[in-house]
Amino acid sequence: MTTIISISNLCKTYENGYQALKRVNLDIREGEILALLGPNGAGKTTLISVICGLVSPTSGTVSVAGFDIIKDYRQTRRRIGLVPQELTLAAFDKVWDTLCFSRGLFGKKADNAYLEQLLKDLSLWDKRNGELRTLSGGMKRRVLIAKALSHQPKILFLDEPTAGVDVELRKDMWRIVNRLRDSGVTIILTTHYIEEAEQIADRVGVINNGELLLVDDKANLMQELGRKQMIIELKEPLKEIPESMASYALELSDDGHELIFTYDTQGKSTGITALLQAMHSAGISMKDLNTTQSSLQDIFVNLVQAQP
Amino acid sequence: MNLQAVKVIYKYEMLRTWHTLFQSIASPVLSTALYFIVFGSAIGSRIQSVDGVTYGLFIVPGLMMLSILTQSVSNASFGIFFPKFTGTVYEVMSAPVSFFEILLGYVGAAATKSLIIGTIILITASFFVDLRIDHPIWMALFLILTCVSFSLLGFIIGLWANNFEKLQIVPLLIITPLVFLGGTFYSVSMLPPLWQTITLFNPVLYLVSGFRWSFFEVSDVNVGISLGVILLFLGICSGIVWWMFKTGYRLKQ
Repeated sequence: MTTIISISNLCKTYENGYQALKRVNLDIREGEILALLGPNGAGKTTLISVICGLVSPTSGTVSVAGFDIIKDYRQTRRRIGLVPQELTLAAFDKVWDTLCFSRGLFGKKADNAYLEQLLKDLSLWDKRNGELRTLSGGMKRRVLIAKALSHQPKILFLDEPTAGVDVELRKDMWRIVNRLRDSGVTIILTTHYIEEAEQIADRVGVINNGELLLVDDKANLMQELGRKQMIIELKEPLKEIPESMASYALELSDDGHELIFTYDTQGKSTGITALLQAMHSAGISMKDLNTTQSSLQDIFVNLVQAQP
Repeated sequence: MNLQAVKVIYKYEMLRTWHTLFQSIASPVLSTALYFIVFGSAIGSRIQSVDGVTYGLFIVPGLMMLSILTQSVSNASFGIFFPKFTGTVYEVMSAPVSFFEILLGYVGAAATKSLIIGTIILITASFFVDLRIDHPIWMALFLILTCVSFSLLGFIIGLWANNFEKLQIVPLLIITPLVFLGGTFYSVSMLPPLWQTITLFNPVLYLVSGFRWSFFEVSDVNVGISLGVILLFLGICSGIVWWMFKTGYRLKQ
């Protein structure tokens, strides 16, 4: 797959000395949906802002479709649509007018048919003559999406698109995002809702304290997710795992009271029955049984907490 | 060049004017009429002609300048300050537009509005006095240069201001006194010698003087110097704007 955005050694230190990005390297593939996960203040918005031209990088380079974001800013920016986090709209503008404004700003000639379809897709057509201040929060979010798509960008940035958005709009939004992806648009979204990343993204990047900790295919992460642990509490403590059970992925707790069995739920067989039989043959009796499943949340929390 | 963007910014700013059309037109018409009633008819009737021109006629160029200067500054400053204040400026900043194009859109619209206001005042004045314009081309040149350079100044103030107080303080505390003390309602020769010298440091004097010359060939300073000063002022404002854009001053972190 070709790379559409290439970020290398990107650093950003704000005037107050705050280091928002620390040598970020990331290649975004054409046509994918990439979710950037991270807590508040992790640097997600700064990263997007640099690519879109709202924040100047301190060092490092970013190229979009092979063009440098500073030298060839016209080339890079016309390919990008940005839906900002805040509901920043001019209160007295009308929906239709603000869309025409956005399209023109990106150098595109008026195309009423396209804008009409866009508004219909976003359930905004009825509101086209309404002033933005009269719209609800969810409707304003839709208008921001429409504005970002008004110039038919090849890359769409959605900065916390579902913050404060109801279920209905969230569903609509994912429908639109999927359709955009099908039409070849690359989508980068930031979120701190893990389920969201899980649901929609092809790849997930975890960012914290200005560092990109991990970027991986969701499928790989899901495999991690598929791993489950069974904790067997024993009646009598064991000194060591009996040899007859050595072939199982077992760990013994320090005090010898617990056996921890890690298995793959996605696999053909989990091995639980055989293990329990083996325990029975070895004369080990158990007091209690527990299973735990790691989630993207755990992976995420572990990654974020492991940082100094 | 992204002309489409210049067009939409210009159109957007002009639309803002049409939304407040009544206020935009009524206020200069009303204030001009009031000035004519007070200075032209009431007090003016007791004032002898100034440099051979009746007082009512004499104040026409000054009155136009008064409105154009204040309107250019307030309109252009508000035009860029407001999107900055509400955050909607993000869109312009992330669009494939150069700073020059942004400037062309915003300052062009503000200058156009000032031109319209200037023309309205001129028309209003024609109802009160017998207008006389000896050098219409010079008049138009001074008018356009003033509209553009003070709209640029307004744009600078709008970029610089990070709150509403700052947005209003410059027009209120600097522009208005300069305009009133720049010979809007009098000829500098009417002042005592010391004040004449002090007034020479007021840039507005040169604008009013040159503008007045284009009407009646009456001026406090040579018309060439007037033109030079306004071009210098335009150059300085352009330089400041260029620096602000280059450094991303108050627009880009």
